[in-house]
Amino acid sequence: MNTPPEFALSRRTLLKLGAGSASVLVAPAAMADVPGIGTPARAPVTAEVAFKVNGRARALKLDTRVTLLDALREHLHLTGTKKGCDHGQCGACTVIVDGRRINACLSLAVMHEGAEITTIEGLGSPDDLHPMQAAFVKHDGYQCGYCTPGQICSAVAVLKEIKEGIPSHVTADLTARSEASAEEIRERMSGNLCRCGAYSNIIEAIEDVGGQRA
Amino acid sequence: MRAFTYERARTPAEAAAAAARTQGARFIAGGTNLLDLMKLEIEIPSHLIDVNGLKLDTIEATEDGGVRIGALVRNTDLAADSRIRRDYALLTRALVAGASGQLRNKATTAGNLLQRTRCPYFYDTAQPCNKRLPGSGCAAIGGVSRQLAVIGTSPSCIATHPSDMAVAMMLLDATVETVRADGSTRRIALDDFYRAPGKTPHIETVLEKGELITAALLPAPLGGTHIYRKVRDRASYAFALVSVAAVLQADGSGRVALGGVAYKPWRSDAADALLPQGARAVIGNLLQGATPSPENQFKVQLAERTLASVLLQARS
Repeated sequence: MNTPPEFALSRRTLLKLGAGSASVLVAPAAMADVPGIGTPARAPVTAEVAFKVNGRARALKLDTRVTLLDALREHLHLTGTKKGCDHGQCGACTVIVDGRRINACLSLAVMHEGAEITTIEGLGSPDDLHPMQAAFVKHDGYQCGYCTPGQICSAVAVLKEIKEGIPSHVTADLTARSEASAEEIRERMSGNLCRCGAYSNIIEAIEDVGGQRA
Repeated sequence: MRAFTYERARTPAEAAAAAARTQGARFIAGGTNLLDLMKLEIEIPSHLIDVNGLKLDTIEATEDGGVRIGALVRNTDLAADSRIRRDYALLTRALVAGASGQLRNKATTAGNLLQRTRCPYFYDTAQPCNKRLPGSGCAAIGGVSRQLAVIGTSPSCIATHPSDMAVAMMLLDATVETVRADGSTRRIALDDFYRAPGKTPHIETVLEKGELITAALLPAPLGGTHIYRKVRDRASYAFALVSVAAVLQADGSGRVALGGVAYKPWRSDAADALLPQGARAVIGNLLQGATPSPENQFKVQLAERTLASVLLQARS
């Protein structure tokens, strides 16, 4: 027998209420200044934000809690950017903001007023692939493909970071420029996980675009 | 995540005043740590003050031959700055040993100093944690403590400070510059900045309500050989089990600081004075009185061996 939806809802609400009242009982009144404790619940708040996504101006009215990732996926329907862990650990949500790669899940949309955002949809299209997209196809840099948009956005930014002379953990000489070697790419891509384990092909694809391979 | 109101601050003093008068207010800059904790409802601010527009994002030379690093300088930009790479290589090395490229692009200098512990019991809201919920107890003591502190602990908390950057800054004698809610400014030596857990591990720094970090100052460069060695469970993108920061001079003198062992980067002048005698003498002094758990007692030997390796590297 299926659980009636009313029951599921009330059970969840009950659990929520239970957890809330338990923490109220434990937290002493003197803890009002402790971040996160004793703060009264607040009704949802909306705010306006305007930024450019893939060259197109977008204006949104959003709950302040909406992350850049959810704004892109749920509000602008740019679902190429993926939600993996939603905690900055997997890199599936990597997008390029004002020329730098970031985890879109760990950034609020309202904090990006005036920003220029590039997602996987803005790098290339099926008919006109970005060189990094083409290299991932050529080198078979994926299996299931879920992490791929984040890998590709990250990889494009990695090559730019190397070109700009930004050092990494494996850069031997901090006063010299680093090269797009496999070692540098491996280190710089460590914020992008691939549970299928396509890493060796991903590195080959990036090396290819980086000019280290013929 | 709980709902919150949001404002963009226009000046540091205005931000500090707003934070002091608004209950449940938090500053947000990079947001990489705060938003993670807000999603888990470990941090539940009811008001966020976005400080990204405060123009505290420059690195400037100071009159005493040092540098003033704006609170909002991103970790990537600080690591890549040519003066930092040349004169404070330790700081660049520590920065690039931490987090991922994506996180370093957002994370700020002040946010890095103020990041919260990664103690698994702080993150698990089903467990007691005196840092998260004062008075609830500490599940880490007697729990899974492999990553946790071996010195400077209290019966209330054995969390570590997770930053790599702060370890380098501590060794380099950094000072934190702040603005308070009344608009006054002050400077706090990083060595005095973090509070020992004692009975109040939820109070982590000496910052007052509303007080905003505006810069980190480094004195004139120390010269010497700069080495940051981080030992962790995987080669990249993991927190330190133990890290050793060292600036070593040709005459055998120098400075050492340890990460991953305490609530703050751990160093002392007395331990540094023993550098000519080798790693065992230095770590023996620095970690004297350590109270490791059976799970993390390896950190004492690991610190000694890591320093021995660093000293060998400096001589070669």
